Amino acid sequence: MAQGQMAPGIVAGRLSSDELAANFDDLHPAYAPHEAAVAADRCYFCYDAPCQTACPTEIDIPLFIRQIQTGHPEAAARTILEQNILGGMCARVCPTETLCEEACVREAAEGKPVEIGRLQRYATDTLMARGVHPFTRAAPSGKRVAVVGAGPAGLACAHRLAMLGHDVVIHEARPKAGGLNEFGIAAYKATGGFAGAEVDWLLKIGGITVEQGSALGQGLTLDALRADYDAVFLSIGLAGVNALRAAGEDKEGVRDAVDFIAELRQAGDLSALPVGRNVVVIGGGMTAIDAAVQSKLLGAENVTVAYRRSRAEMGASRFEQDLAASKGVRLMFNVMPVAVHGNRSAVEIELEYTTSAGGSVTGTGETVRLAADQVFKAIGQTLKGAPEGLELDGRKIRVDGSGRTSVPGVWAGGDCASGGEDLTVTAVAEGRDAAMDIHTQLSA
Amino acid sequence: MADLKTNFLGIESPNPFWLASAPPTDKEYNVRRAFEAGWGGVVWKTLGSEGPPVVNVNGPRYGAIYGADRRLLGLNNIELITDRPLETNLEEIARVKADYPDRAVIVSIMVPCEEAEWKSILPRVAETGADGIELNFGCPHGMSERGMGAAVGQVPEYIEMVTRWCKTYYDKPVIVKLTPNITDIRYPARAARNGGADAVSLINTISSITSVNLDNFSPEPSIDGKGSHGGYCGPAVKPIAMNMVAEIARDPETRGLPISGIGGVTTWRDAAEFMSLGCGTVQVCTAAMTYGFRVVEEMKSGLSQWMDEKGYSSVNDFVGRAVPNVTDWQYLNLNYVAKAKIDQDQCIKCGRCYAACEDTSHQAISMSEDRVFEVMDDECVACNLCVDVCPIDGCISMVAMQPGETDPRTGKVVQADYSNWTTHPNNPMARAAE
Repeated sequence: MAQGQMAPGIVAGRLSSDELAANFDDLHPAYAPHEAAVAADRCYFCYDAPCQTACPTEIDIPLFIRQIQTGHPEAAARTILEQNILGGMCARVCPTETLCEEACVREAAEGKPVEIGRLQRYATDTLMARGVHPFTRAAPSGKRVAVVGAGPAGLACAHRLAMLGHDVVIHEARPKAGGLNEFGIAAYKATGGFAGAEVDWLLKIGGITVEQGSALGQGLTLDALRADYDAVFLSIGLAGVNALRAAGEDKEGVRDAVDFIAELRQAGDLSALPVGRNVVVIGGGMTAIDAAVQSKLLGAENVTVAYRRSRAEMGASRFEQDLAASKGVRLMFNVMPVAVHGNRSAVEIELEYTTSAGGSVTGTGETVRLAADQVFKAIGQTLKGAPEGLELDGRKIRVDGSGRTSVPGVWAGGDCASGGEDLTVTAVAEGRDAAMDIHTQLSA
Repeated sequence: MADLKTNFLGIESPNPFWLASAPPTDKEYNVRRAFEAGWGGVVWKTLGSEGPPVVNVNGPRYGAIYGADRRLLGLNNIELITDRPLETNLEEIARVKADYPDRAVIVSIMVPCEEAEWKSILPRVAETGADGIELNFGCPHGMSERGMGAAVGQVPEYIEMVTRWCKTYYDKPVIVKLTPNITDIRYPARAARNGGADAVSLINTISSITSVNLDNFSPEPSIDGKGSHGGYCGPAVKPIAMNMVAEIARDPETRGLPISGIGGVTTWRDAAEFMSLGCGTVQVCTAAMTYGFRVVEEMKSGLSQWMDEKGYSSVNDFVGRAVPNVTDWQYLNLNYVAKAKIDQDQCIKCGRCYAACEDTSHQAISMSEDRVFEVMDDECVACNLCVDVCPIDGCISMVAMQPGETDPRTGKVVQADYSNWTTHPNNPMARAAE
């Protein structure tokens, strides 16, 4: 018997298994072939297509859509994967509404872009369902490259290097490869164990070894890697989480949103996963939305996203905001946390209203209290555990356009490196481009 | 509401929408449903000689061409004439005509090119009380291998001969249905007129293979791995049909010969276009086969609304109105100069006009870094390709230059008067005439 939304505290099993299964089903169901054909037919095959320009991996979108239209989704997949080896995951998690689909001329014409993301998924799913890997390796170069971190950037870099004939060892701290594809991202965006399946499929290229439980600072040093390998690529992500800097932050029930999301992604049985009755998420990015929506889907009665700036300044796209609202999440703008109240455990959160004109955030002095037995912190992640000796650019590893760090023989990409948005698709582009630069150097 | 009543060869029908001779008019059951749905008339599916009826294949008879979302654009068929006994059809025709005296009932006939055959069937058709006959000289498949259908329609002498027999042995209107599978439609039309035909109807279907199965390399529709050319019809053939209609309408030898237009009529607009090119009625098949009989409702309401908007009280007010505007290329006004104009407010920046012009035409559209597309008047020859490929209706238009303006492409001043190729200095024939 389900506990129900009103059960007090942080409890598991608020909803029945059937309700949970329905709630966490695919956000955008896969196209059937006829749907794909109709959707593909809407593409105008634009000249110098704006969608392609808007894609961080510069996939030839008009071409792949035309290949779907003419009945060759596998060829379409190849067009996609040549540019973006994680095209299957990107089809699911890319904020297309701010990238390709925002640029689609049909968005300008009628407010209804070609559904590029779903078409990309149709193509990549079709190819991956065949269980074949479309790429082969070049002749062995005899060179070895170390990749640190098996997230999107590391995987993309490793795959491209393997294709070019180099041998790659990926050092991954966690028990599974995939990075945020596996441990981040809302569950309803990557259902059916897709992240893991995609990694397995990617590794079919051969020449890539993944060493789990192997991380910088845990027996692994950059100096040793540089000595043992011909090149090193760092894709260590952002392992730290920003603090709330509000009184009572240490009370029970207050935790990092990324941990909750990871736990949810790894949960075998969602009905065993506890969630509060009154959940407040602090933050305004995708992580905040993912944590809030999933809390609601797990059966929390009241879920609020509290963001210290205005709606227009929110990192999460309007699509994500509307998705949250449609699931019953309340979005509060211009409020910042002041204190978490409660004896040992959180009971209420106190928020102060703000004005956020001109970039700075100023409290107005007026406060409001919300019931909050669970508080998720989603106010950004930070670089943690970066090796000494690397120049930083702000709070990230400084890299040039090719992904080179300040240390010779060491490249970096993904969220840990400077430049670009912290998106899966951007990480893939950076990993791929760094691989090309590494290859050029190793071939010189 | 405009009056859609039609009088074609003295045959009255409440509207100009007739069902063409085809599967939808093969039997009483269908024709009654059609009349109940509001069709103005039918041409009964083609009757053959007395005796054992023809047989059809027992596999697919139709093949199709699709547009987006599987919209049927073209259909081809290898079905033969009626495969029911002659007597059954005649009885049914008589019953239906008796019950629907206000609708046109025309009987399509195809028998061998022998006078005795025609002489024998025509009185029996006359007994049904049908309003007229249509001679099927058009079907390109199957029957043509037996010397009928298009095999007759491709030989003007045969057309004339058989038409004359029919005029001799039948005293109601004779319509000759023409095949488009010829080089010049005017010759068979003239032959029909010379034979005494009261009207022609066109087009019958076009010889075609709709597709090839790339696994077993059989043409479609496939019968046990083999295919035979079928007759193509539907929206895709309309432009071909309209040209042939217009050729007959403006030919001095056939001008004024009544025409029943056939070929891809799907909407009221298609009908209005055919009629403006000289057709007194239109015949429909594929649209009915695709959407069912009630599609005629839209045709009637649409045509009526358009007539009201234009102030036409009768279809005679616009039948043939476009014919004087169909001319030979050599008479087109070479002093007419237009330029493409892109409405930047409507442009969605897809760049299709640019790709088309730059890759395949006259390099007359520029593209800026921020995707602004503009026509270069000094290069634009007004070919219209940009208009045709633009996905936004009305975004690019062809604007005529005014007399006195200078065409930046040629440096010549646009002249107000009319001038054509026949007098152009580059025309060797024009020089020869000097």
